[in-house]
Amino acid sequence: MKQSRRNFLKFAGLSAAGLCLAPATAAMASGGGTSKEGHAVVNSNSLHAKRWAMVIDTRKLNTEEAIEALAETCHHIHNVPTIESDQNIKWMWTGSYGEVFPEQENNFPSEDQEKHKFPLLCNHCEFPSCVRVCPTKATFKRADGIVAMDYHRCIGCRYCMAACPYGSRSFNFMDPRTHLDMDKINTKFPTRMRGVVEKCNFCVERLAVGELPACAEKSGGSIVFGDLQDPDSNVRKALRENFTIRRKPTAGTEPGVYYII
Amino acid sequence: MHYGGKIITGLVIFLGLVSMPFWFNIGGSFQEPKLELPKDAKICVAPTENMRRNHMKLLNEWRDMALREGKRTYISAKGDKYTISLQNTCMKCHASKEQFCDKCHNAASVTPYCWDCHVPPKEAK
Repeated sequence: MKQSRRNFLKFAGLSAAGLCLAPATAAMASGGGTSKEGHAVVNSNSLHAKRWAMVIDTRKLNTEEAIEALAETCHHIHNVPTIESDQNIKWMWTGSYGEVFPEQENNFPSEDQEKHKFPLLCNHCEFPSCVRVCPTKATFKRADGIVAMDYHRCIGCRYCMAACPYGSRSFNFMDPRTHLDMDKINTKFPTRMRGVVEKCNFCVERLAVGELPACAEKSGGSIVFGDLQDPDSNVRKALRENFTIRRKPTAGTEPGVYYII
Repeated sequence: MHYGGKIITGLVIFLGLVSMPFWFNIGGSFQEPKLELPKDAKICVAPTENMRRNHMKLLNEWRDMALREGKRTYISAKGDKYTISLQNTCMKCHASKEQFCDKCHNAASVTPYCWDCHVPPKEAK
């Protein structure tokens, strides 16, 4: 039979309609929805907050030894190496009043204040300048206010270190494993590799399984950790009852770490 | 064809050199690496064939889910729950990196950088 133009057009129309329907029927045949595939959910026992914050009572926690003990715990569970040079990695460390609150220093401080040491860590700011400058979004602010690092994405440009007004970030100039006792590391937590920036993470991995940050847990009450947005939380209670200051208010980053003086 | 002879000889030598790998490997057969399968676990988070083909995609998804979205529990297609963790979940069953991961990766000549940070089970440093 000779193909007429009329028949050809009919056939072409039908084929086009068939092509349109094919994906839809295929989707229906596969059952649709995500119920058949694997998916991820938040741990049922994890701790939640609208805005995590920390209040440090420096009336109780102010000696080098006490703070060092907390830092040691923190550094051990996160496999942070100790490198005896200016290339050291630190998640928690100490400083004098003038170093910690340079804008709020007086010329004639009290004797106590002169002697005291203050714990330092990442401030998990409301407006983190490190996040703003990171070109790969390796550092980012979570919905609960924690400023976290995705080491898979970090390219080691160190913009974040330049941007952080608190010096809370450390760069891995060398393979941290060469400075860790690999037999004694915490095998539940990864190490880092050479060429990435690292910092305190408010123990997100512990919050996810229902535990408080290690320093808060070990401090015996001198570090309070909780939800800043919840008026009944222990953090808000501590802020209500005490005079507190934060580091470098003029930087405008709104730190999430408060110090009772 | 002024230099026909030279050109054709040159081409033949060139093609011979380029196809050298094929000549060398003619007749040989690829030995599929023998993996040491987990002793105390029978099922994986996904079917074997799927894992063999897509484990790298799954690991990439897991990394984003756990780190960036905070979702650290994985519910498999069968409905089983797993903690999202290379080091603490995958490597608990696949207890030997050398006998499991490395065998295929060496055969395929790929060197993923997972182990620069994640701690493999005891055997390796």
